[in-house]
Amino acid sequence: MANLQELLKAKSETILEHWFDLIIATYPAESVQYFKRTKDAFQNPVGHTIHREMKAVFDELLTGLDRERVSPFVDRIVRIRAVQDYAPSQAVGFVLGLKQVVRKALAKELEAAAGARGLLDQLTDFESRVDELALIAFDIYMACRQKIYEIQAQEVKSMYYNVLRRADILCPIPEQEEPDMPPEK
Amino acid sequence: MATQTPKPQEIAKGLSHQPPSENWMDTKPEFRSGMYCHPVKVASLEGMGGAFAREWNPTEADWKLPADWKGIVKDGLKDRLRRFRSFQVFMDICVRCGACADKCHFFIGTGDPKNMPVLRAELIRSIYRGEFRTAGKILGKLAGGRKLTEEVIKEWFYYFFQCTECRRCSVFCPYGIDTAEITIIAREILNLLGLQIDWIGTPVNACYHVGNHLGLKPHTFKENIEYLLGDIEENVGITIEPSFNRKGAEILFVTPSGDVFADPGIFTCMSYLILFEYLGLDYTWSTYASEGGNFGFFTSNETMKRLNYKMYAESKRLGVKWILGGECGHMWRVVHQYMDTMNGPADHLEVPRSPITGTVFENAKSTKMVHVTEFTADLIKNGKLNLDKSRNDHYTVTWHDSCNTSRGFGFLEEPRYVLRNVVNNFYEMPDQTIREQTFCCGSGSGLNAGENLEQRFRGGLPRANAVQFVHEKHGVNMLANICAIDRAALKPLMDYWVPAVNVCGLSELVANALVIPGEKAARSTNLRGEEINDLREEAGLEPIEWPEEDEEGGEAGEEGEE
Amino acid sequence: MSFIFSLVAVTVLVLVPLVGVTVADLRWLFGVVVPYAAVATFLIGVSYRVLKWSNSPVPFRIPTTCGQAKGLPWIKTNKLDNPCSLPAVIGRMFLEVFLFRSLFRNTRMEYHQGPKVRYGSSKWLWLFGLLFHYSFLVVLIRHLRFFTEPVPMWVQIVEHIDTFFEMGLPLPGPDGLYVGLPLLAQSGVILLAAATLLFLRRVVIAQVRYISIAGDWFPLLLIIFIAKTGIIMRYVLKVDVVTVKKLTMSLVALKPELPADPISFMFYIHIFLVSFLFAYFPFSKLMHLGGVWLSPTRNLVNNSREKRHINPWNPEVKFHTYAEYEDDFREQMIEAGIPVEKEA
Repeated sequence: MANLQELLKAKSETILEHWFDLIIATYPAESVQYFKRTKDAFQNPVGHTIHREMKAVFDELLTGLDRERVSPFVDRIVRIRAVQDYAPSQAVGFVLGLKQVVRKALAKELEAAAGARGLLDQLTDFESRVDELALIAFDIYMACRQKIYEIQAQEVKSMYYNVLRRADILCPIPEQEEPDMPPEK
Repeated sequence: MATQTPKPQEIAKGLSHQPPSENWMDTKPEFRSGMYCHPVKVASLEGMGGAFAREWNPTEADWKLPADWKGIVKDGLKDRLRRFRSFQVFMDICVRCGACADKCHFFIGTGDPKNMPVLRAELIRSIYRGEFRTAGKILGKLAGGRKLTEEVIKEWFYYFFQCTECRRCSVFCPYGIDTAEITIIAREILNLLGLQIDWIGTPVNACYHVGNHLGLKPHTFKENIEYLLGDIEENVGITIEPSFNRKGAEILFVTPSGDVFADPGIFTCMSYLILFEYLGLDYTWSTYASEGGNFGFFTSNETMKRLNYKMYAESKRLGVKWILGGECGHMWRVVHQYMDTMNGPADHLEVPRSPITGTVFENAKSTKMVHVTEFTADLIKNGKLNLDKSRNDHYTVTWHDSCNTSRGFGFLEEPRYVLRNVVNNFYEMPDQTIREQTFCCGSGSGLNAGENLEQRFRGGLPRANAVQFVHEKHGVNMLANICAIDRAALKPLMDYWVPAVNVCGLSELVANALVIPGEKAARSTNLRGEEINDLREEAGLEPIEWPEEDEEGGEAGEEGEE
Repeated sequence: MSFIFSLVAVTVLVLVPLVGVTVADLRWLFGVVVPYAAVATFLIGVSYRVLKWSNSPVPFRIPTTCGQAKGLPWIKTNKLDNPCSLPAVIGRMFLEVFLFRSLFRNTRMEYHQGPKVRYGSSKWLWLFGLLFHYSFLVVLIRHLRFFTEPVPMWVQIVEHIDTFFEMGLPLPGPDGLYVGLPLLAQSGVILLAAATLLFLRRVVIAQVRYISIAGDWFPLLLIIFIAKTGIIMRYVLKVDVVTVKKLTMSLVALKPELPADPISFMFYIHIFLVSFLFAYFPFSKLMHLGGVWLSPTRNLVNNSREKRHINPWNPEVKFHTYAEYEDDFREQMIEAGIPVEKEA
């Protein structure tokens, strides 16, 4: 019986390339080349981060999906997209795109295994993990957005900190837990 | 934010949010929340005698431009082409080689092609060609020329208030074309139409009439500084009595007012107070010239001059010998490259001479104004400060070069010299992100408003990315700088991108390390009121066993014992 | 679109003299009148632009500082990147104009997985640019052979160096004997190659293509065609140099005279394209040749704290004086114990 994990591993390079293209294609056409070609981590933090973290996410997906382990990788991609010009659906939609990329990459194998249930079942499992990943990405996206609003509120206070403090109109706000990690599934 | 939801097939294709390769002249900016700053308040603009003050909203179609707006813009351009060689030459000689394209932090963070410096300049250059040059008039778009329309004005507003005048592109341009110069002039012209952002316009008005950006009246300004003295007394154990508007003082001290009221600027301010007290410096604050910053620089040359005037005027009135300036980026670009030209000559002042070391600051013999960091560097060099670096051991520091002091001044080694003398753990960020190639905080030139946070975070990404690198590699937990806008803007930037890294002014690290006669035996808390041992624990260091203190010694001692 | 327009324009520029000379026999027009007009336009146009620039004021001293400024005496100054004196500015300008210092700065550091940081560089633009400009210069100098008699020594030396590597390149001749190729000047070939690379760069890199206008495509294409026609004349058609020189010398002597021997139509195309380039020069971005010298971010000494820079139009503006300020806040100031000029 064909093993999906093996197949994906064998084709990981193509899959990652297509997945990366798909994410990068959400940027203005003129800049796509810049994001793709500029290898420098400091001159091109967007392209570089996406490239690096996407690979880590994919490796994670191959073996299962541990929310805690995968979150930091997804976080670094989504954190960037949360401050760029995207609707929430666009900001996290790239995760779901992986399903099509994988199906395309495995088109031949899937056809060959049309009758046998094994590979398809594994693929269904894999796709469920992708769906779950999308939900994780969405949680992170929301956490990033919330963070922005918190920072916004905090900034106003910081900016006039001494004035507010002196006027005694600053009421201490209890420290809150970082909302980054939603409760375990 | 775009509102359409992508269809699955669109996801597979890529969510391209712009049709490919349309001519850039045919695309329009979309004013989305988070990506632009609010327009200036009518009262603020009127307070400065600005033209065409009105209520208007960038998201609406009608910007209520004055009737003859086209004539005003054209005349404004013509006038400035005549008055500024920089502008005329920069309009004429760009060869669009693209060397600058990926040097802008806003381009790097957004991928928006109009954030490439060359295209930002072309936004104006295309009008210059299309309205003033024959080929452009006849051939139009083919020759890169276009006509002035309301859409062009909107585009200017969007993109020239998305440039922080950081000059990074200018470093790489083979002709030294400086987008800051073009942005400065574009903003002047937008101002002619009453188009200004509130984050610039309101501080300008407050600074002009009241003395500082927040509009703190004299007594409030004084009280704010006095309030900091309480903190110093509590955490350091020394009592300080600074003077205000005192005639006959040797030195006038001017710093950006953000240091007086903003967190973490106030800790830098406390540090100045501590340092000057330590030295016994004969200096005074001024409530009239209580703003080092100059948002006029982001408005127009005339406004810059009107605000900057107070420094020399006040130094003359008070009869001081010279002026000492606090840590600030754009303030120092103005002081260095503009002040003496605009409001000099400062013949009423003397060539600055450090009363502590006797050093004469020949490099400032015309402006008569010295940077607190070079002043401190000279003190250290001459062994006048008793410094205990280990007091900063819980900090692993990296240095952020501010755009203005790096590329509009060349102030690179002085702060590093000071830094190396006050901390043991200092790591540089990668070469191409520091010194003259430093990345902007993303909030300079008056763009550190609250409403455009996403824009600032995208623009600050390259800076944050380099900080993250040294944070991961060396455990950096403190980002030091000499700029009030940096202090205000880098903190939220770090909170978002690299939450483990804090932000401080250089002087704060100096004050931390300074062994002060009469300080309390156990300086167990820093200027921020944080327990040093907590910070040491976080940094994986042994706690310090503080000596017994009179009142709270018991408590500190207990913590120290562990 | 602007590219196609430029290509059409250059093609037309090739066809005009071709038709003009071969069909209408307008040799006098293309060999004499046009070159004179072009040179006149060039001289007047360039002088006008440069004078206009140099007469415009420099209100502020705004060098872009790319290194440590002169400060405390024990801190090392980076004189060339942050000039503190006139000689230092001259040094900076020399590096900028002759070695393209700023483009050279285009270094990149490549960071690969793991803690290793590798330094690479992206100096292609710098290299192509430098090759392009210097080979252009050498080509121009070599052409002085056509306008001087006797040919000055230094022109001959440049020519000698330029052809050094290819000299005596043995090729089998028609009768089996080895004969040398006519001296292949490297400069012409390098010029063509570098211009082509700069052109391809503009096509291939999406961002650069996006910002390109006709004013970018046109001169590049024009120069490529000029180089091509030159190379064809020299190596393929082997145009009679002596006859050409008769014409060019008569132009220099201001006694224009078309030589009796016929000159290839290719010469007329070449000289027409060159004339057009000269005439086009002052109106185009090619003026960066003059502008680079006048760029205020590069050619000023960074000493504005030491020496007052004068703005010839320093504007009169209204200030908010201390007296007005005290009038506004006197009572509060007195109450807060802040000294005042006038008691309430």
